[in-house]
Amino acid sequence: MHRPGQAARQHLESARRTVAGFLGASATEIVFTSGGTEANNLAILGMVRGLPCARKHVVTTPIEHPSVLECVRQLGREGVDVSVVDAADIEQTLREETVLVSVMHANNETGAIHPVREVAAFVGRRRQGGQTIYLHSDGVQAAGKIPVDVRELGVDLYSLSAHKVFAPKGVGALYVRKGTPLRGIQYGGRHERERRAGTENVPAAMAFARAVELSDGAATLERLRDNFETALLKRLPWVEMNGAGQERLPNTSNVLFRGISGEGLVIALDLQNMAVSTGAACSSGSIEPSHVLLAMGRSREEARSSVRFSFGRYNTAAEIAALVDATAKAAEKLRKEEKLLAG
Amino acid sequence: MPDSAARIIAVAMSGGVDSSVVAGLLQRQGAPVVGMTMQLWNQRRLPELIPEGGAVGRCCSLDDVYDARYVASILGIPYYVVNFEERFEEQVVKPFVEEYLAGRTPIPCAQCNNFIKFDQFLEMADGVGAEQIATGHYARLSFNPATERYEMRTSVDANKDQTYFLFGLTQAQLARTLFPLGGMAKPQVRDLAKELGLPVAEKHDSQEICFVPGGDYANFIKAYLAEQGRELPDGTGEIVDTAGRVVGEHAGTHRFTVGQRRGLGVAAGEPLYVISTDPSTRRVQVGRDRELMRDSLIAGGVNWLSIASPTEAREAQVKIRNKHAPAVATLVPTGDPERVEVRFRQPQRAVTPGQAAVFYNGDLVLGGGWIV
Repeated sequence: MHRPGQAARQHLESARRTVAGFLGASATEIVFTSGGTEANNLAILGMVRGLPCARKHVVTTPIEHPSVLECVRQLGREGVDVSVVDAADIEQTLREETVLVSVMHANNETGAIHPVREVAAFVGRRRQGGQTIYLHSDGVQAAGKIPVDVRELGVDLYSLSAHKVFAPKGVGALYVRKGTPLRGIQYGGRHERERRAGTENVPAAMAFARAVELSDGAATLERLRDNFETALLKRLPWVEMNGAGQERLPNTSNVLFRGISGEGLVIALDLQNMAVSTGAACSSGSIEPSHVLLAMGRSREEARSSVRFSFGRYNTAAEIAALVDATAKAAEKLRKEEKLLAG
Repeated sequence: MPDSAARIIAVAMSGGVDSSVVAGLLQRQGAPVVGMTMQLWNQRRLPELIPEGGAVGRCCSLDDVYDARYVASILGIPYYVVNFEERFEEQVVKPFVEEYLAGRTPIPCAQCNNFIKFDQFLEMADGVGAEQIATGHYARLSFNPATERYEMRTSVDANKDQTYFLFGLTQAQLARTLFPLGGMAKPQVRDLAKELGLPVAEKHDSQEICFVPGGDYANFIKAYLAEQGRELPDGTGEIVDTAGRVVGEHAGTHRFTVGQRRGLGVAAGEPLYVISTDPSTRRVQVGRDRELMRDSLIAGGVNWLSIASPTEAREAQVKIRNKHAPAVATLVPTGDPERVEVRFRQPQRAVTPGQAAVFYNGDLVLGGGWIV
């Protein structure tokens, strides 16, 4: 009612319009969340639990983020039928009682881009035939790196994380297409059109919007990434690019350094102030073999020898050159050590 | 000792007071220090072993990693958790289980030192640019220019001495290793922790085998085998006395170790002890205390540490378990350079296959091997 409160509300709604515009959505279709994980939880748990159907079946893929996979597993424990299949097999896995398909737009570890539009086409055909079925896509990694238009993609739900576009951590959003009967998963407030109870994080939403305004095209990123891969292959002809044959994000390079410890390479580079990563950190902070690379058919050994390099709009050509040099030196040194160890 | 200044040192940090003080001390001396915690075992794998209300076993618990990370942040040093779980399982956990099933009493800490801490960790350190490693072990190292060998000596704090678990190290490993606490007593280390402002000064010492919660190794073996889809072999059988008479029954040979008195369930006029176990006949032999005495043993897989392999018999003091008072003995070479016969001057109680026999000359660690 009072004017300071109204001002805060105006800032929040302005941010909502900006984020909506970023996705080609309208403002009423955007729910702010605490980040990508909450957006995925809200989309999957809220959607499936809220539907009145007697039998429910959910389909997702093995390379999803844990915040998708674990939600789907939780639904399985609640009595929902669950199928985890490769994206190419989704269509033949659909049943009459399938209520939700969740397929990642682009993978966080390899950058591989999924054919979300094609999935939307056959999901849409079933809906036209009268089936209650919705499509969710985890767009945390894709948004900001490739153009995203949710209407053109044909999704009903689309998750975002603000820090992936250089906003602070701790804020994200879920696109909920108008008319989608999403139920909230937390209770005690009527915020966000009754879809997300809890006081809104206004400054974080504003920062998210500002970061979206500053984000620009991906052409530079692609050039940086390609230069990196070309230069690295010249120095280390024995490395392989994971997922190189697929359509992928312009900023991600996942490199298999066969025979060496990816963990060692990450540490060696970090000590030279270059931040790269491998797999997923477990609760202690050590690294477990990437479930994404395992699902792609890599062995545990190969997954442990793979390192992910991500580039951002603030990286420079000089930084890439230094990275290639440091990576090549560290990898050669580690390879020598591991050979001694194996011998 | 080589000059350690300006060379990066990787400190193996467990989150305990000892390794925390090592990191603090080296940093205070001006060395560039990197802290690393080895993730060795995931306790959630065998949740049935974790008692209600929390973990008793301390291996790689999140609390310890939290402590190590906090200490590193106070010191302002880079810190990493490195995952050696697969290697640890292959080289430490599996042999531990197999040794028990074969009727021996293994020492996983020595295996861990040989194959993990002073092998994979050392290589990881080197790979990331740290030429030396430091740990919180209680042992002293020095270089003897006359013999051109690194020498290991017992810790000045006899209660904390850990050389029994370090006999398997090689010259190449010692050349790159620092044990900054070997010259200190534990209370001094705790004082140093306070002086350095480290929040772990009052933490309890770890005691048991780190991956076996509560020290219940029989339960661990059962749970681990079940996880691997294997059943615990039926080890139940007879308890016999030294004359071969059956005096009782037992629930599995792997539950017994030489010298053990408790858990036999056999009533006798005087205390009975386990003399030997034999998984092939599933028999546990018991006898009186004096029947446990042996005047010699064979050590296999012998490693000579501070001295070159001797060609002739020599005197030494020998420890046959960690808390054993060293016994005077003659080390007699056999035809096999890795096998040594140890002849004690006085018979020793409970010589236990699977444990180590470590050879000393005063405070100097000569080497050691595994009791066969």
